[in-house]
Amino acid sequence: MSIRDFIPEWSVPRQIKGADRWALGPAAQSRHQAQLTPRTKKADRVVKSVCPYCAVGCGQRIFVENEKITQIEGDPASPISRGRLCPKGSATRSLVQSPMREYKVKYRRPYGTEWEELSLDEAMDMIADRVIKTREETWEDEDEEGCHLHRTLGFAHLGGATLDNEENYLIKKFFTAMGAIQIENQARI
Amino acid sequence: MGSNMAENHPVGFQWVVEARLRGAKIIHVDPRFTRTSAMSNLHVPLRAGTDIAFLGGIVNYILENDRYFRDYVVHYTNAPVIVSEEYADTEDLDGLFSGYDPESRSYDASTWQYVGTTVSGAAGQREMGGITGEQAHYAQAGELGHGGEPPEMDRTLEHPRCVFQILKKHYSRYTPEMVEEICGTPKELFLQVAEALCENSGREKTSAFCYAVGWTQHTVGVQYIRTAAIIQLLLGNIGRPGGGILALRGHASIQGSTDIPTLYNILPGYLPMPHAHQHQNLEMYVERNSAKSGYWGNMKAYMVSLLKAYWGGAATAENDFCFDYLPRLTGDHSIYPALMGMIDGWCKGFFVMGENPAVGAANGKLQRLALANLDWLIVRDFSEIESASFWYDSPEIETGELKTEEIGTEVFFMPAAAHTEKNGSFTNTQRLLQWHFRAVEPQGDCRSELWFMYHLGRKVREKLANSTDPKDRAILDLNWDYPIEEESEFEEPDAEAVLREIGGWDENNEPLPSYLPIKADGSTTCGCWIYAGVYADEVNQAARKKPYWEQGGNWVAPEWAWAWPMNRRIIYNRASADPEGRPWSERKKYIWWDEEQGQWTGYDVPDISPTKRPDYEPEAGAVAEDAIRGDKPFIMQADGRGWIFVPAGLTDGPLPTHYEPHESPFENALYGQQSNPVREVYPRPENPYNPSDGDPGARVFPYVFTTYRLTEHHTAGGMTRTVGHLSELQPEMFCEVSPELAKERGLENDGWATIITSRTAIEARVLVTDRVVPMKVQGRVVHQVGLPYHWGSKGIVTGDSANDLLGLTLDPNVHIGEYKAATCDIRPGRRPRGPALVRLVEDYRRRAESHNGGG
Repeated sequence: MSIRDFIPEWSVPRQIKGADRWALGPAAQSRHQAQLTPRTKKADRVVKSVCPYCAVGCGQRIFVENEKITQIEGDPASPISRGRLCPKGSATRSLVQSPMREYKVKYRRPYGTEWEELSLDEAMDMIADRVIKTREETWEDEDEEGCHLHRTLGFAHLGGATLDNEENYLIKKFFTAMGAIQIENQARI
Repeated sequence: MGSNMAENHPVGFQWVVEARLRGAKIIHVDPRFTRTSAMSNLHVPLRAGTDIAFLGGIVNYILENDRYFRDYVVHYTNAPVIVSEEYADTEDLDGLFSGYDPESRSYDASTWQYVGTTVSGAAGQREMGGITGEQAHYAQAGELGHGGEPPEMDRTLEHPRCVFQILKKHYSRYTPEMVEEICGTPKELFLQVAEALCENSGREKTSAFCYAVGWTQHTVGVQYIRTAAIIQLLLGNIGRPGGGILALRGHASIQGSTDIPTLYNILPGYLPMPHAHQHQNLEMYVERNSAKSGYWGNMKAYMVSLLKAYWGGAATAENDFCFDYLPRLTGDHSIYPALMGMIDGWCKGFFVMGENPAVGAANGKLQRLALANLDWLIVRDFSEIESASFWYDSPEIETGELKTEEIGTEVFFMPAAAHTEKNGSFTNTQRLLQWHFRAVEPQGDCRSELWFMYHLGRKVREKLANSTDPKDRAILDLNWDYPIEEESEFEEPDAEAVLREIGGWDENNEPLPSYLPIKADGSTTCGCWIYAGVYADEVNQAARKKPYWEQGGNWVAPEWAWAWPMNRRIIYNRASADPEGRPWSERKKYIWWDEEQGQWTGYDVPDISPTKRPDYEPEAGAVAEDAIRGDKPFIMQADGRGWIFVPAGLTDGPLPTHYEPHESPFENALYGQQSNPVREVYPRPENPYNPSDGDPGARVFPYVFTTYRLTEHHTAGGMTRTVGHLSELQPEMFCEVSPELAKERGLENDGWATIITSRTAIEARVLVTDRVVPMKVQGRVVHQVGLPYHWGSKGIVTGDSANDLLGLTLDPNVHIGEYKAATCDIRPGRRPRGPALVRLVEDYRRRAESHNGGG
């Protein structure tokens, strides 16, 4: 950078000349900074959402650019949260884009010492087979007094409080139709 | 109380701060001084596990000083009702109620009834399918007399067997001195709380209680909430703006997953799961589960419409609407017996979706031993959580108690889609359904649970398609034809179609506007009756996002999202008006009777039939809501009254009573009965208990500990230990101890400590702080240890899990564990590694003679 280029970039002349003597405002701004825009401005769309952590239910706005989430922030329109998010809610983008997130099915065979790869479709098929088999092996038609049971205690389910109502509905509906009753979630904690 | 709202529900807490700025008095009663305490007018410490003694002291204060809201109490609660002559109180029986059977450790509730009513003593027949917990909404208060009132009442509240006088006697020894003796709370501080509550209640003012799992996670958890309910009914603080008992729940849709339950004992809308012996057909089910009067009088309509949602055209009046397709209960089938079944080998498969029991649940070792003995396990989550990795990195692998090559569990880890990657609704802690829209498509194999369940169901149905086995009919007849999103690359089901089914439709396939038109003849379909109306007018009402400033100045903001039931924001809001239908005061007006229009009106949807006059009296033979008088707000109860005394529906007594936690260093100062006599215990080698006061060896575990959460982490850490910012903000497991305890045990701030119970020992960094104060209880000083519970072996930051220290003892009503009060020892330094850890714990157990629960 030549001295001629440098001088207008340097904040001191602006501090001396202008009203911003302590360079706490415009005097401190470089040309580069002046050209920056917030990434929210460039979003292709803003999607309305709800914070996934606790049950206060703060409104979120998700900014999407080129089919990627670029920012998640509080929704000012929400009468619950009025635009605010707590430290967890503010970290939502880091949650959904965490480097620790898994994107592939992992399979551990009985007595195995390593994870193995498995296609999603094959995994779904194997799970369906396991559920059918266990149900078959553990089915209880009636109890010793002849009362109708129509059930299996051979498998259980846990979780639901972090999921959607529609998902909980399908979990309860399908497992109930299979005769499973040990369907539980975090509300039991 | 029982909550650290400022740290765990920070954005909700903005309203508390705002209220304080407008003059409200905020009181925080909690064992620890937290940021909530810092923002309150008053912090009141108490010993963990003694809240009923504290709250019972407030009840006593209200009654002794005549501070109750008389008109409210006489008209809206069951205080005037006369109770059976056979009832005997804990005051008569040294800590037991009448009907206790020591052999089965259970109560027969038949002596707790209103005089002149006949009620089945369900509570005493737990194994026979007694009605408890979430199922107990429709209490069986028996037949009401003429005019919709219980058979015998004394409106002067003076009859010795009226609820009011029973209450007075029951709490007569819960004096300020006794509160100090049990809770360790200085008498003067306690009196300030009691007086502040009374001063701030009545016609002109209301007070609210906020609580969280600090109240529920006890062997008397339900009775904690009940004690608050008694206070709020006495002071007239229910169904009115600014009043209530507000549960601060910890997961985005934990309310939704209770309403549309992934819980064993209920079906959507709090309909009970049928019991094998008591509910052999639909008629028996309805007859035995619902009272004729009150809203549960419509139970058959709600149940039939649910069966139609499940089995559609196959469900007909001729086949009892497929009632026999429903599996039957025979006892407690909650997760805890299921875990024991895994260890014992009869429960072979396990789906874990968005929960992390290896870290988040009590007695972590027992949880992991259960996982290690399965045939197959499916874990669906964002990252590889401890419940998926237990087979190679659990603490038991480190100690040598488990060996990877010897664990036969087949594990499928299925990556899950995040809320940003799917459409759906969460129900928040105030019953508000809020829709979240998909922002981006999930990547790789990540899928929604909607996708997973739909396609698992589809595959199972395909595989069984040719079956002639009768037990497969329930699967093959299931209404499972959900539309697929048109543009989806991987056949994502349409979440709105599922919500539409939840909200229900009529015989013309028009969405139901509310639950009012739901019928018992099979002409309506409704997946969850309390959610009926969520899809009214073919509009996803939960997706309404009208900014609050555009709602015409109505501070209730009814056009933001949708609240169940019927978009009603405060339930039982009939109580916000007096018996004649006038607001109790101008300042607290909310809904009221408009004589000119002949209907109820106000800021919210009235919680009463809109045209039911305040002076309405039911005629003989009236049923359901028609049997409830116009001046009775609590329409889910058979008598329309708020229940101070609970004649049916609870397993552990009609009135809350102070019992010591299962593990306590103190004796019960009030009764000979030490702990809740009907609490559930699991005496097994995997679940040893510390001895309690009175047992030799109790002094081996002299300290009380309690677990809690931090602002920067969420529950078992699966959604926060993978996040860089949050991990940096709270990087390490620690324990909070007082300077006095640090001195007593040689603990140094920033050093290490080992905390030991009969289950295991964990290590934590030491935080010496006067936020935890030693309490003087029964003439002795007791130290408390605070432990956050977010860490495990996975994530950016790792550490020992506090829940590993806890044993499993449960509340008998809802089967929730005592996570918030137990005993421990603490010593300086890190814990031993490998088999030496097991030896250390064994040594403690031997010295304490740890046993399998008595008392």
